[in-house]
Amino acid sequence: MHFESMNAFWSMDGYGLYVWLSFAASGLSIGLLWFDSIATKTSLLKQALVEQARQARIAAAKGDTLTEREI
Amino acid sequence: MWRWLHPYAKNQATYELCRKLLPWFNILGLGTLLVGTIWGLAFAPADYQQSEAFRIIYVHVPSAVLSKSLYSAMAIAAFIGLVWQVKTSFLAMIALAPIGAMVTFVSLVTGAAWGKPMWGTWWEWDARLTSQLILLFLFLGVISLYKSFEDKQQAGKAAGVMAVVGVINLPIIHYSVEWWNTLHQGATILKLAKPSMPMEMLTPLLLSILGWGLVCGAIFLARLQNEILHRDLKRPWVVQLASSQDRT
Repeated sequence: MHFESMNAFWSMDGYGLYVWLSFAASGLSIGLLWFDSIATKTSLLKQALVEQARQARIAAAKGDTLTEREI
Repeated sequence: MWRWLHPYAKNQATYELCRKLLPWFNILGLGTLLVGTIWGLAFAPADYQQSEAFRIIYVHVPSAVLSKSLYSAMAIAAFIGLVWQVKTSFLAMIALAPIGAMVTFVSLVTGAAWGKPMWGTWWEWDARLTSQLILLFLFLGVISLYKSFEDKQQAGKAAGVMAVVGVINLPIIHYSVEWWNTLHQGATILKLAKPSMPMEMLTPLLLSILGWGLVCGAIFLARLQNEILHRDLKRPWVVQLASSQDRT
């Protein structure tokens, strides 16, 4: 390890603010986009099921009216 | 009948391919990224001039390099979509755009955080910085243009033209440090001569670049899957996939 103590590591020779700001911004940006991609996939798959259920209900409703008319 | 079936089969096959590749990109990407970053942060020697502040290079350079490669990839996808009418191509384009915007944003933020202690300013309207800011606007432009069309085929074409035209900005960014007097330094790695950096600093940097690339690849695969799902939401294969996921 290059640094002698944990404190030296955090302070980065007085440049701590800039170094950690950069790394935090990078990690946060990647993390957010990654999370967004996963969350979108989950919600899309759910949406597919909801849509399919809706179509099934419409089909069922149409089927009912048909039988009523037939009567 | 095959003509009718073909495009849907293709989307499903692409989705499957993404699904198979995704874990590899995730594991390799996260691994390389962690090794490169920790090595660069804690084990690489300090710079004789900039001391520890130079460590910002391990996020600044990977994000800046990727911002340009992702733009190229996006423009190539757009070009293929425009010329050969490949629909999946536009999906790839719009999957790449937010990732490109993200890395460009990171390169600007880390650049500012590096500029403050070294140049004494967060921001300067100089050639390299301004052209990089324009790159961010190009990415955002492609995203918002695509979103503003209801018909996604139209959207792909419009955003695709913008992406292809924006390629003009890439050589401007690259040569800005040579053509104009700027605060930004010249190239360190991507030049014909030997890289002007010792191996102990260069190795973690190359690992970081590779890690960023793989992680962006993983995010791209996931986003391409999402675009395909969105496009095929009512197709039987998606419904089948959704119900099988629902049960687990």
